[in-house]
Amino acid sequence: MTHQISANVQETREMTINMGPQHPSTHGVLRLEVVLNGEVVSRVHPHIGYLHRCFEKHAEAMDDYSKVIPYTDRIDYVSAMNQEHGYVIAVEKLLQLEVPERVEYVRVILAELQRIASHLLGIGTFGLDLGAFTPFLYCFIEREKILTIFEKISGARLLYNYICVGGLMRDVPDSFKPETADFVKTFRPKIKELNDLLSYNKIFIDRTANIGILPAEVALNYAASGPMLRGSGVSWDLRKNDPYSIYDRFEFDIPVGSGEVGTVGDCWDRYMVRVREMEQSLVIIEQALEQMPDEGNVMEAVPKRIRMKEGEVYVRTETPRGELGYYIISDKSPSPFRVKVRAPSFVNLSILPAISRGALLSDLVAIVGSIDIVLGEVDR
Amino acid sequence: MKQPEEIAAYLKDKIVKGVLEFVPAEIGQPWITLAPDSIKNIAKFLRDDSELRFNTLMCLSGVHYPAEQELGVTYHLHSTTFGHTVALKVRVPIDNPRVQSVESVWKTADWHEREAWDMLGIIFDGHPNMTRILCPDDWEGHPLRKDYVQQETYQGITTRF
Amino acid sequence: MGLLDKKYHDSNIIIVSLESALNWARKSSLWYEQFGLACCAIEMMATAASHYDFDRFGIIPRSSPRQADVMIVAGTVTMKMASRIERLYEQMSEPRYVISMGSCSNSGGPYWEHGYHVLKGVDKVIPVDVYVPGCPPRPEALLEGFLTLQKKIENESIIESKPSDKITEEADRHETT
Repeated sequence: MTHQISANVQETREMTINMGPQHPSTHGVLRLEVVLNGEVVSRVHPHIGYLHRCFEKHAEAMDDYSKVIPYTDRIDYVSAMNQEHGYVIAVEKLLQLEVPERVEYVRVILAELQRIASHLLGIGTFGLDLGAFTPFLYCFIEREKILTIFEKISGARLLYNYICVGGLMRDVPDSFKPETADFVKTFRPKIKELNDLLSYNKIFIDRTANIGILPAEVALNYAASGPMLRGSGVSWDLRKNDPYSIYDRFEFDIPVGSGEVGTVGDCWDRYMVRVREMEQSLVIIEQALEQMPDEGNVMEAVPKRIRMKEGEVYVRTETPRGELGYYIISDKSPSPFRVKVRAPSFVNLSILPAISRGALLSDLVAIVGSIDIVLGEVDR
Repeated sequence: MKQPEEIAAYLKDKIVKGVLEFVPAEIGQPWITLAPDSIKNIAKFLRDDSELRFNTLMCLSGVHYPAEQELGVTYHLHSTTFGHTVALKVRVPIDNPRVQSVESVWKTADWHEREAWDMLGIIFDGHPNMTRILCPDDWEGHPLRKDYVQQETYQGITTRF
Repeated sequence: MGLLDKKYHDSNIIIVSLESALNWARKSSLWYEQFGLACCAIEMMATAASHYDFDRFGIIPRSSPRQADVMIVAGTVTMKMASRIERLYEQMSEPRYVISMGSCSNSGGPYWEHGYHVLKGVDKVIPVDVYVPGCPPRPEALLEGFLTLQKKIENESIIESKPSDKITEEADRHETT
């Protein structure tokens, strides 16, 4: 039996709905103005700025380059160590400062531990968005272990203010090395557990494969970076392609999206790049622990007062979310003339309208989750 | 892979209009200054030229120079094909801050340019949606200007401590 | 030989005042609004996750303000967000409570001086019951905030309205006159 539907009944009007700023799966205070045709997304307009905390103004107002570091922590509060690391490298480049070996190794180990912690949170909440609650709890068990290590060295769980210009706030305790080695050993089997639990789960694959496909050339034109770009099959990692600190001393792979369960550049690929990156971070940590000198004064190169010359520098580092750039212009005064943060989430989020056209509304949640934004970084 | 000075020389060789000068830096990184009304053509050239291939715009930053009464925009480009990097700068007077938009060349410039408008009040000609991005639409002033005075209240709420 | 003697001994009945029964029920099922703003939201998530486990206090996240009893303002409130927070608070049904988590929502925190776009304390727009200090507060601190709120609820009376509501009522009256 066929139904006769007259043409004017079929006519639908587009509907605009708001997602956020209070929404459980926008990862913070993101507001999406979604124009829907039935259940299909026609257009998305992201509205940001709900967490604009005036970082750049604060950086100019501080009377010392070191006083900016606590604010850099708060830009991306999920990976504070990477933020500090990036800023400090930029200031050291302006000062033409050499830092001791031991400091470099500790910084790299901390940056990689932070990368794992950040990815665990990203993966956990991504699962949460798609209705998988248990992986979130498993991820947080492991994340707490990393936070315990951080707490022992810096005294804080989330925002550390530990890496300083020329060195570290204090030396790491003796327990740092064995505890980190222990974590590496116990964490490896957990990645397999996570794969069994979430990555190759049929429901999870159905929700993420072939959704939100980002082609490589679009990703490059939008200057996407991090897992967002690597998920599209572009082998691009600043730790390899433009090595900073001492990353050129380690051997590791760059995982890229291959379209294993769907198309190259879909949500699953972006997710899986993060899981594989955690393995590579473990590889780096192992090598760094082995090579790290046992002795050394971490305060040796710390300048008493920072005296700048005129100059400017753009330094980029690889954070868990992608390319973090610090553009610092210095004049002769003790405070920076201009600090601009090129935040990876800000750039990655701007692709959202391009890749969510034609997706279902429920898939929009998956796409936003796979970008892994931190609103502190988007809005600064 | 080319060094910045080579890129500047290459641009001058090709007689690209609007390339002003190469500025070497004592510390940090050098840059090339450009004329604000030719940035779009130069951007296209930089992206498409077979020896340059600057396919990504890493960063676009607005700067306020209070001593010169000028606003500036700095572009940091990178080529993933060749691995070279260059910084470009344009300067415009503060009472007529108009720069050509490069949004059509690199899509990433869209949000960066809106941010530069919001924070510093630089107008990008040819941008499809030149609206505030971080501050609310009814915000007063451009916060990152050095002479910015914070408004006392916003929608009846005091902004002071 | 009272009136109630031997009347209830074989069914499970406890005799309490209505007030303490209500307060007991309210304090033991504080459903909070799942609503993160900034850094503190990550610590709020950590408190809800496996290690600290909010659920053992009967504290469960809700995604809609209409189902929530308590709002945790976890993070920096900006000028753009202030009116939204106010509206979310209005959408919550009575009795409603607010926990201000972290320095930013207490007073503006590290952004108090140069943060042109930061609201210097969420109590400028909505009444707050408990302030939890820290930048960000540890999960234990947030738990203590909840225990403090429970103590506050224990002492509530159904005849007298909540002091914080009184303030808003007075403010409303003030505005209308």
